[in-house]
Amino acid sequence: MSAGEKYVAAAYVVVLVAVLAYVAIIAAKLARFERELAELTELARSSRPDEAQPRRTLSVG
Amino acid sequence: MLLGGGVALAFLWAPEDGDQGISQRIFYIHVPVALTAYACFGWGAWKALRHLWTREERYDLESYTAIHQGTIFGLLTLVTGSIWARASWGVWWTWGERQLVLFLILFLFYSAYFMLRYSVDEGPGRANLSAVYALFGVALIPVSFLAIRLAEGFIHPTVFTRDGPQMTGTMFTAFLVCLAGVLALAAALYTNELTGKRLDGRLRELRELLS
Repeated sequence: MSAGEKYVAAAYVVVLVAVLAYVAIIAAKLARFERELAELTELARSSRPDEAQPRRTLSVG
Repeated sequence: MLLGGGVALAFLWAPEDGDQGISQRIFYIHVPVALTAYACFGWGAWKALRHLWTREERYDLESYTAIHQGTIFGLLTLVTGSIWARASWGVWWTWGERQLVLFLILFLFYSAYFMLRYSVDEGPGRANLSAVYALFGVALIPVSFLAIRLAEGFIHPTVFTRDGPQMTGTMFTAFLVCLAGVLALAAALYTNELTGKRLDGRLRELRELLS
């Protein structure tokens, strides 16, 4: 590989690495959102115990 | 895919430059990345203007996200440009080139935007201050863009002149596809980042409501 080819490869690799790093950061963020959402769902369930229980059917009349 | 297609055209279809040889192929990534950085800064300034006009909070977030994207693309412009300079001129950087120095100033100006933004407490004051700063920065874009034409003794190549692009039709087509690809990539990243930031805000709000 000539020196010119190495520089060309380096320029394209830099952009590719930056895009991949960005995608990895977005993936990590999504995973954090998923965890937080699960925590908040749990928190919402525990703060409303009546809603968490299955409803009983009562006979009327 | 568009960017991948553009890079394939640049390497497989566009002819090799007679003057610079293989190193000219950096042009197909360096120039689209630089133009995308300008576009992101411009978009950020537009959103800043909308914020100052309407005082709607969402425009502040949109402006911030666009400037964040622009700074990333600006950094990539400096790195790829530096590699190209080393390949063509034998130096990583030259302070004698107005185009390079002005782009560096533009990049540093927008880097300082984040320092300013995070040194002020969150709220309407911070949003207004950030918007004004973003609008000041946009004035540097035409200066940076036209610097190459204003310079007298330069070695940075001028590809787009009043007579049109100084390259063959195939080279120009490959360049346009690469530019469209980088712009599409920036738009996708912008949308993703903005959605993530909005989601983050909503989750924080929800946590406050539940605690």
